[in-house]
Amino acid sequence: MVWLSIYILSDGAMDITVKKLVTIITEAALEDNLRNELPGLGATGYTIVNARGRGSRGVRDAGWSTSGNIRVEVVCDPEIAVRIAAHLRDRYYENFAMITYMSDVEVLRAEKF
Amino acid sequence: MDPVILFFALGLVAGLARSELRLPPAIYELLSVLLLLTIGLKGGIELAQQPFGGLLPQIIAVMAMGIVIPLMVFPVLRYVGRLDRPNAASIAAHYGSVSVATYAVGIAYLASQDIFYEPRLALFLVLLEMPAIMVGIVLARGISKDTRWGKLAHETFLGKSIVLLMGGLIIGWIAGPVGMEPLEPFFFDLFKGVLALFLLEMGLIAASQFKNLKDHGFFLVVFALLVPVPLAMMGALLGWWMGLSEGGTMLLAVLSGSCSYIAAPAAMRIAVPEASPTLSLTASLGVTFPFNIFVGIPLYLGMAQYLHTL
Repeated sequence: MVWLSIYILSDGAMDITVKKLVTIITEAALEDNLRNELPGLGATGYTIVNARGRGSRGVRDAGWSTSGNIRVEVVCDPEIAVRIAAHLRDRYYENFAMITYMSDVEVLRAEKF
Repeated sequence: MDPVILFFALGLVAGLARSELRLPPAIYELLSVLLLLTIGLKGGIELAQQPFGGLLPQIIAVMAMGIVIPLMVFPVLRYVGRLDRPNAASIAAHYGSVSVATYAVGIAYLASQDIFYEPRLALFLVLLEMPAIMVGIVLARGISKDTRWGKLAHETFLGKSIVLLMGGLIIGWIAGPVGMEPLEPFFFDLFKGVLALFLLEMGLIAASQFKNLKDHGFFLVVFALLVPVPLAMMGALLGWWMGLSEGGTMLLAVLSGSCSYIAAPAAMRIAVPEASPTLSLTASLGVTFPFNIFVGIPLYLGMAQYLHTL
């Protein structure tokens, strides 16, 4: 990534901005809820993929409709990332298999996020 | 023994032996779509040839049974099984709702023995799917303002199974037997093959639930083995009282003795998140479904035949 940003910066024409990447791994059953709630929390977009794995709630192998996972990714400003994480913690952590983590990502076209 | 049941047994054995065998999820989806449509179409075609006479009181009676079953099962789970309220309510909803695969095996069994059944049973299958789910939510939550009934109703009424079953019924009813003739090879002639493959996958899935059995105690296994029989008896009595034929009485017994593992788990996960999905799925998919396939269906036919000799 470093060489890429140096390369782009040295090109002079493009601006790199740091944003937060929020990654949520949770039960596929929550997909509709998240799709409805994320825009209201300030996310301008999201990406959802199917996932499998293992954690404190056992193996989630997608073998049956209720045992599938999804991974949701949102790129946004830090305040929105915190808001999303707080909302998920309050609403879902107690009863659902869910983890959320954040990291910094560098993006072009900052206005998109 | 009907060969489709042997396919289920093959799936169970392969799953328990941890074979690599697995149908691709998209194929499984397609098979379930075909089963639902075929059951709906079959019912619709027959309904087109028959008057609807006396249907409304039967519809009300069948829906009432869908409401009563979870109310009967709930206290057993709560006070005999000492389960907490959300789990007892969720399992009660599973047992009040119905299993399409069990019904499909039931009609295949009747067809192999050349026994007639009323086409309206396909309609009863649709009607029995959702009342128990609603009752289960009320049992867990009470009538709470937090429950988003609109969203839940939308999900249950427009869920895949109800849309396809009702859609099939309506298409079959409009097209009638002559109109459906060109589609017969695809839907009806292939029915048993589709069911066989579907049951193979069901066997694999049921086997994957077995590993949870020992964690959830003796009560749940005994409950899941014993409860289908009295429930089926109730359905058989209702069918007999409504004047259904032997085959129809047996299918209503199959419907009331079966339990949901598609619509109910999905609805309960969202509406009653405190309930453990493993608990209810282990009971319904790991114990009751195989019990009904191997033992229940012939037993319920015997029940229906006995009632009709009275």
